[in-house]
Amino acid sequence: MNTMNPTIAKEADHQEIETVTPVREQPEETIIEEGKTVGEPFADNAKFKLRDVNVSYGDTRAIKNISLDVAKNEVIAFIGPSGCGKSTFLRCLNRMNDSIEICKVTGSLQLDDQDIYDRRRDVVELRARVGMVFQKPNPFPKSIYDNVAYGPRIHGLANRKSDLDDIVENSLRKAGLWSEVKDRLDATATGMSGGQQQRLCIARAIAVSPEVILMDEPCSALDPIATARVEELMAEMSESYTIVIVTHSMQQAARVSNRTAYFHLGHLVEVNETNKVFTSPEHELTESYITGRFG
Amino acid sequence: MQPANLLLLTIVLSMVAYGLGYARSRSLAMPMGGIRHLKSLPFYYGARAALWCGIPALLVLGLWAAFQGKVIQTLIIGSLPQEMLPASEGEASLLLSKISNVASGSLPPGFAEAPIVEAAERLKALREQSRMFMTTLVVSVSVLAGFLGWLRVRPALNARTQVESILKWLFFACAALAILTTIGIIFSVAFETFRFFQKIPFTEFIFGSQWSPQTALRADQVAAQGAFGMIPLFTGTLLISAIAMLVAVPVGLLSAIYLSEYANRKVRGVVKPLLEMLAGIPTVVYGFFAALTVAPFISNFAASLGIDASSQSALAAGGVMGIMIIPFVSSLSDDVINAVPQTLRDGSLALGATQSETMKKVIFPAALPGIMGGVLLAVSRAIGETMIVVMAAGLAANLTANPLETVTTVTVQIVTLLTGDQEFDSAKTLAAFALGAMLFLATLLLNVVALKIVRKYREQYD
Repeated sequence: MNTMNPTIAKEADHQEIETVTPVREQPEETIIEEGKTVGEPFADNAKFKLRDVNVSYGDTRAIKNISLDVAKNEVIAFIGPSGCGKSTFLRCLNRMNDSIEICKVTGSLQLDDQDIYDRRRDVVELRARVGMVFQKPNPFPKSIYDNVAYGPRIHGLANRKSDLDDIVENSLRKAGLWSEVKDRLDATATGMSGGQQQRLCIARAIAVSPEVILMDEPCSALDPIATARVEELMAEMSESYTIVIVTHSMQQAARVSNRTAYFHLGHLVEVNETNKVFTSPEHELTESYITGRFG
Repeated sequence: MQPANLLLLTIVLSMVAYGLGYARSRSLAMPMGGIRHLKSLPFYYGARAALWCGIPALLVLGLWAAFQGKVIQTLIIGSLPQEMLPASEGEASLLLSKISNVASGSLPPGFAEAPIVEAAERLKALREQSRMFMTTLVVSVSVLAGFLGWLRVRPALNARTQVESILKWLFFACAALAILTTIGIIFSVAFETFRFFQKIPFTEFIFGSQWSPQTALRADQVAAQGAFGMIPLFTGTLLISAIAMLVAVPVGLLSAIYLSEYANRKVRGVVKPLLEMLAGIPTVVYGFFAALTVAPFISNFAASLGIDASSQSALAAGGVMGIMIIPFVSSLSDDVINAVPQTLRDGSLALGATQSETMKKVIFPAALPGIMGGVLLAVSRAIGETMIVVMAAGLAANLTANPLETVTTVTVQIVTLLTGDQEFDSAKTLAAFALGAMLFLATLLLNVVALKIVRKYREQYD
């Protein structure tokens, strides 16, 4: 994938010579048509079916008429400049926006053809199926064991202590953390390094055996080596989970995802195969963003 | 000049010194091309001059005011004729107050002996002299030091570091003052307590179950033999505090949880100030609420159930006290719960935990040290509370665990022991100091234990 970078650079040069008016001087409205997304936003085997989604905080519209499918067992990356609404959109998928009083979500959001925002929907069950990993590692100030066992305990996934032990071990193994912490499961989690903490948070999310894992810039607080470990982990996890990842790093999106969605000022501008987005973007805003013109 | 006026004068002089130092630094800087050629800002030159002018003068003033009384007294006593010299310290202070009464004119000279009248004249003269000396000394020190400070304003002088280090010592002095006061209180209490234990054996005080501090004032007086057993008082205190905490901790903690986790901003904006208002009601008001409303209600209610209850009860006092200290628990807990990072809440909610599970398993353990702090504050408040107990629980020192009976507390007994005309060397008054010392030790112990518990169970987030 790294071989792609020269192409991007060449394209950028080309672009600058060809177009006389730089993109940022054009009014956005003329380029983006609300609710219109370039590329292939829809999929046949959709895990999430999201139609005409609007999110507003009070009077501010954060998400403008977005429609998108997330396919089963795919890794989809949300990219875009800061404040473009990708995190907000991500947090709609497991209703983490519920705790924000002024946040209002409209449109149809379905997980396996069931409405996420249905009044009778059990949020606990939804979040057990849709796990989340946050930007900053947020382990609970408890022991490593208790952190991983937290979810299984809440959902009653283990009847015996030995079952719980198994779940904890398996989750830590999947997160690639077992060999590092197996001798100090009782040590407090806040004493670990940032990368270990983030992998612990991933193990914690895996422990409730979710179907989907949402990742909100999971590597933005990590050093390059820890980032590489988490990315490896994502590649392994993509076999058994659907992963939605928000990232600021285009290299990361290119490395880990199958499809990439480009957000701009609350609009979903373009969705396509990752390869295609980074080599031949269809929309000029996408092109400007991936060539580093703004963002 | 009076010391207070002198203090004001020194402050004024310091302000003048500030202005002069400021102006001098500026006028020195201008020819060089502006204040950026000074080593420090003009403010620091001014502040330095002001500190030079004020601090030595205030030191002199303080020392003089502290020692002049003692020096004058020694001089006066020393000048008395041989046959009038006081034999004991008590006599000396009697004599001195007589002399100063004559000097101030409240005792006409005709009623006093001739040497005393003479001494009174001398006292007046000495006081006058002392005041004169003090005024000249303080003003001259202030002006001289201020002038020196002003004179030494040079562009190369780093006034900033000097001012900073003087300020550091000033702050240290303030902190030291608070500590010294505490040490002073401890020593005075310890000293009187020691005197008490010379009269009453330590074991009798600690293990005695009888409290009736009525001792004979004179040898010929018929009075009950005093009994100084502190157990009934401490059980009373414990009983009432326990009842108060039983009310305050659950209600306060749960309302804090409601306010910080469940209530929306509007509700919170109304409820929190209202709740905190409870702490602002004077304890006397709580006292008569307890005595006139709650206590009769409890005794009537108990009577209707066929239980015998006294009209003043520990339950009434403890319950009302509990309501009073709800804000101590709720307000502090609310603050610490809010201080727990949102990321921890999100982490728990995203795993499918409900709000109450998140509260119980993540937020509460993380906020525990702060919550314990609030509870401790409430406990010390409950132990120290006097007025409500006097009015609603009574004065009888009963050794009982029945909350419907009348009991009394340590603080209430201290008040009753020390109010009215007392002699300060009887066992009765000294007992108050012993009780105070015990109370101090008990709260200290409580704090240490609570700190240990918190250390053991806290879950530290960063």
